Amino acid sequence: MATSPAVYGVLAEFEDPTSLVSAAHQAHEAGYRRMDAYSPFPIEELHEAIGAHHTRLPLIVLIGGLCGCIGGFALQYWASTIAYPINVAGKPLNSWPAFIPVTFECTILVAALSAVLGMLALNGLPMPYHPVFNVPRFALASRNRFFLCIEAKDPQFDLESTRRFLETLNPREVTTVAD
Amino acid sequence: MANSQGTPPVIAPGHTFGTVTDKISAIVLARKTPIGWYAGFAAAFALTLLLLVSLTYLVLKGIGIWGNNEPIGWAFDITNFVWWIGIGHAGTLISAILLLLRQTWRTSINRFAEAMTLFAVSCAGIFPLFHTGRPWLAYWLLPYPNTMNVWPQFRSPLVWDVFAVSTYATVSLLFWFVGLIPDLATLRDRSQSKAGRIIYGMLAMGWRGSSRHWHRYETAYLLLAGLATPLVVSVHTVVSFDFAVSIMPGWHTTIFPPYFVAGAIYSGFAMVLTLAIPIRAVYQLEDFITMRHLQNMAKVMLVTGLIVAYGYMTEAFIAWYSADKYEGFVPLNRLTGPYALAYWSLILCNVAIPQLLWLKRVRTSVPVLFVISLIVNVGMWLERFVIIVTSLHRDFLPSSWGMYSATFWDWSTYIGTIGLFLALLFLFLRFLPMISIFEMRTILPEARVDEEAI
Repeated sequence: MATSPAVYGVLAEFEDPTSLVSAAHQAHEAGYRRMDAYSPFPIEELHEAIGAHHTRLPLIVLIGGLCGCIGGFALQYWASTIAYPINVAGKPLNSWPAFIPVTFECTILVAALSAVLGMLALNGLPMPYHPVFNVPRFALASRNRFFLCIEAKDPQFDLESTRRFLETLNPREVTTVAD
Repeated sequence: MANSQGTPPVIAPGHTFGTVTDKISAIVLARKTPIGWYAGFAAAFALTLLLLVSLTYLVLKGIGIWGNNEPIGWAFDITNFVWWIGIGHAGTLISAILLLLRQTWRTSINRFAEAMTLFAVSCAGIFPLFHTGRPWLAYWLLPYPNTMNVWPQFRSPLVWDVFAVSTYATVSLLFWFVGLIPDLATLRDRSQSKAGRIIYGMLAMGWRGSSRHWHRYETAYLLLAGLATPLVVSVHTVVSFDFAVSIMPGWHTTIFPPYFVAGAIYSGFAMVLTLAIPIRAVYQLEDFITMRHLQNMAKVMLVTGLIVAYGYMTEAFIAWYSADKYEGFVPLNRLTGPYALAYWSLILCNVAIPQLLWLKRVRTSVPVLFVISLIVNVGMWLERFVIIVTSLHRDFLPSSWGMYSATFWDWSTYIGTIGLFLALLFLFLRFLPMISIFEMRTILPEARVDEEAI
């Protein structure tokens, strides 16, 4: 752990998605774990290459949807039978088939809100500042360049040797990221 | 058929990540705003002001300024509401259903189709809101604890509609915004002005393209698509329930939900074509919105148009088959009654003329497609007018028959919402990327990861 606290990590720049995925594989094989890859569009293979886990997002959406479903139905049940019972054409107060459309809409609404807010929360967004933005060329991560960053928090991280390791992966450029 | 000379590509050859990014983001950041944009926005904004005048006058005088009467309590307002909601549906269809079906050609049109959805739903919402007469009390439609101790009547399709449309508006906004986040990051990184960097930066929320983020992002986007797909079907189904659950002859039919949904997609694709054709010409986007897109949309229009035609036939058949004299009178009255002109124009616009789309020569001719899309837009408006007004004006008792004619304010409100729709669309074209940049990158050949090389 021969790092100064002012270093966030080391960033390697690549020109195409294949080199990034291959670099991420090699870094993972070399034992690095605290790293992240950055690309201008989603690359399916990349997520596995850096050894990331499955996301809990589907579970969050399921729970959100169930809450919307139960909450929506409960609201209608309570309003129509307890809070404000009105006899409409002799129908039972709990005329549940008529409550299905609103129950369905509430399910979708809460599930969709959970999907978006859950995705943002798990991603830690909004986060306007991040150390990788300190590298001027990182602006190209949203255009046409691909980056791999091995973070100083990684137990194997050593500024010199990690830099040298990244140099062996045929990057276009390797930069130290200030924290 | 389309394969006889090879299918046109979804993106012109020769593009790279860089050129795609630069070409689309330059429309917002670098290119000089075309003079046509100013002219178009000025005209649309003038019509938006007409809408404001109409709504202000409505609030001052009451809804008596419209031609609505007894028995025609619903007329232009609900016609326009259903028309706008229907137009919105193509946006969700393109962004959600075609995503689930892995139709990559959707990529270059989904962004502005989603924007179209959002603006169409905003226009739609105005009509029921102001038709209440006291729009400042519109929150009474929502369930909330109140001192009057009353709650909405959840057995009513009109309450279902409140939930369906507000959910639809919210989910459409979420879907559109989530799709925009990575592109907002691109604009943040490419903007030359400080204001641009700050505003796009705030909106992008610090998106940095991390692979962990992308993974959750893709999951969220797919789940949203999966949720939006049944939602869009449910919304127009619920809209059709507003009619079908009543006992009014001409409304009380079980074909309404599927026929309304097909009609919504039909009019929506017509509107996407109406917008896409001039936009791709003005902004020289023929590389991205290719003939393939226009032809595919024409085919969707042809199919949904046939479903709608089937709906018209079923309506007439069931009216006859029911042996109910009131039901049987409805199609006869539509064919020969006081509003026969509207009915025959509707058949001409929605059933007869779109059959031209069977011909490949028509599907590949941009001006002809544009004209057909306008005709279908008019036809779908007439369809809702015919359903609503001809059913209401001749109900069970001849003593309660009546006639409806639109007033100046009916027209001005309707045209005003078209102005609002176009004004919002012009602002969108100027300030946000109209084509999803990151999704365009994914369909380039160089985006493929070569498994062999790893």
